[in-house]
Amino acid sequence: MNIVVCIKQVPDTTEIKINPVTGTLIRDGVPSIINPDDKAGLELALSLKDSFNAHVTVITMGPPQAEDVLREAYAMGVDRAILLTDAKFAGADTLATSHALAGALRKLDFDLLVTGRQAIDGDTAQVGPQIAEHLDLPQVSYLEHLDFDGKKTFTIKRRIEDGYEMLQVDGPCVVTVLSGAYRPRYMSVSGIVEAYSKNVEIWGFAQIDVDEKDLGLNGSPTRVHKAFSRGVKSAGQLYEVDSTEAVGIIMSKLKEKFII
Amino acid sequence: MEKSAYKGVFVFVEQRKGIIQNVSLELMGKARDLADALNDKVYAILVGNKITDKAQMLIAHGADVVVCADAPELDDYLTEPYTQAIYHIVNEYKPSILMLGATTIGRDLGPRLSARLGTGLTADCTKLEISEEKELLMTRPAFGGNLMATIVCKEHRPQMSTVRAGVMRKLPADNSRKGEVIKIEIPFKKDKFRVKLLKSVKEKGAMVDISEAKILISCGRGMANDEGLKIIDDLAKTLKAQVSASRAVVDAGLVPHDRQVGQTGKTVRPDLYFAVGISGAIQHLAGMEESDFIVAINRDKTAPIFQVADLGIVGDAKQILKQLNERLNG
Repeated sequence: MNIVVCIKQVPDTTEIKINPVTGTLIRDGVPSIINPDDKAGLELALSLKDSFNAHVTVITMGPPQAEDVLREAYAMGVDRAILLTDAKFAGADTLATSHALAGALRKLDFDLLVTGRQAIDGDTAQVGPQIAEHLDLPQVSYLEHLDFDGKKTFTIKRRIEDGYEMLQVDGPCVVTVLSGAYRPRYMSVSGIVEAYSKNVEIWGFAQIDVDEKDLGLNGSPTRVHKAFSRGVKSAGQLYEVDSTEAVGIIMSKLKEKFII
Repeated sequence: MEKSAYKGVFVFVEQRKGIIQNVSLELMGKARDLADALNDKVYAILVGNKITDKAQMLIAHGADVVVCADAPELDDYLTEPYTQAIYHIVNEYKPSILMLGATTIGRDLGPRLSARLGTGLTADCTKLEISEEKELLMTRPAFGGNLMATIVCKEHRPQMSTVRAGVMRKLPADNSRKGEVIKIEIPFKKDKFRVKLLKSVKEKGAMVDISEAKILISCGRGMANDEGLKIIDDLAKTLKAQVSASRAVVDAGLVPHDRQVGQTGKTVRPDLYFAVGISGAIQHLAGMEESDFIVAINRDKTAPIFQVADLGIVGDAKQILKQLNERLNG
């Protein structure tokens, strides 16, 4: 069994602050991490490696420093790592990103393709299903649990708003995993040591199977028209009073709003 | 691409077991605004099994035309049959704009469809408007709500976007509105139906939808203990309010995830929002700042929540809420 996991290096958005004067993002000193949903996907793949001796390949698209997340994946136990990087990929929106990744995946054999549901820097949840479409593969998103019958059939628990669904699909297929689905294992000490001697394959446009017009900025139907920090509405009245008076103020406001 | 051939503001209407989802009616309200700005029509795409009788409800909420695919293949949501149906409808009708709810259905269907159509999709929009060039401006949060970005899809059609529940406002139903209902047959390619639904399970307790609540009392870290939650529950009963919470309280396991407000939880815009012991991280503000009236109670007068509150009280939330409840009951 062959599994490929797509991962993304992201800034830890919970650590990002806004410069209050310029309104711009302060990205200096913000740690880069494996996107949490992807890391759960990595754990899903590694658990299948433990049970079914699956071969796990991890691929990431990004700038050269994205190699860090591949080393981390090696330390967790993956067998092969590919860094997809090329100036031709720059400026890609989700559709162009999914084309580049699909181009690389056409060069790989797999029974299961795993992605995270969404990345915390964009929260779009688009790239997984878009890859599935380009490769003409069935997809199951919002995966919370997966069972494999050891042959070719996956039974998948998909989390939805008011409960869950149980779905069945044969490989090859694409799943997008929720961060809470699998608790990622820690890197082993020997794994960390060995990770630095392992080979990270560097692939560019020349190594993949994709139409150049679908890549990068030119292959992106959407453009950022403008970006801005969230404007705050003007604050209302602030009272620093004892609790009895505070209750009085709240009561009169609720009456004014016809709530009581 | 000949953009002028693409017309109409289309809404994918989400139904589950034949029940039209609120988010779709909210989108219909927004579609009405956009269509009026473009001097164009609102189309509802209604797909499902035995659902044609729901068309009038969509017209009452703002649709001019309902395009209805009623087929047993569309009984429960599955990616491929639904993608084939909407893809066929898009190719027949050539929409200028296509909106979907940012639900577990819309966020599964939307990207699959956008890839098949080769067009752009902007996820989780919080604002949609028409530019002077008659293009759709789609504004959404990025970087965990730290930044807002306005996205355009200039050269491709349809311009696709998803919107979360609770972000837009539905129009009051006007049952005297007239519209057209068009039935359409979908030429399914069934050999592509490769995912089988074994069962669909509703979970108890997961039924509360805080985005529907008129009054929310939201618990933050400062109230996150048994005593604090009891006080909030008591007041919620008195005010017929729902209880929601910030991420910290949900992560601590004190309140279930479906009651979480914020970037990774739900977007709410109730008539009245009590932020109790909530400092107001930007991720939280992103989910509630559109509420009609916000009352914030916090010990720390520098808490960011006071920047969005209409009424801010610096003080001991436990004591204030307890007394408030007593006076309301007294």
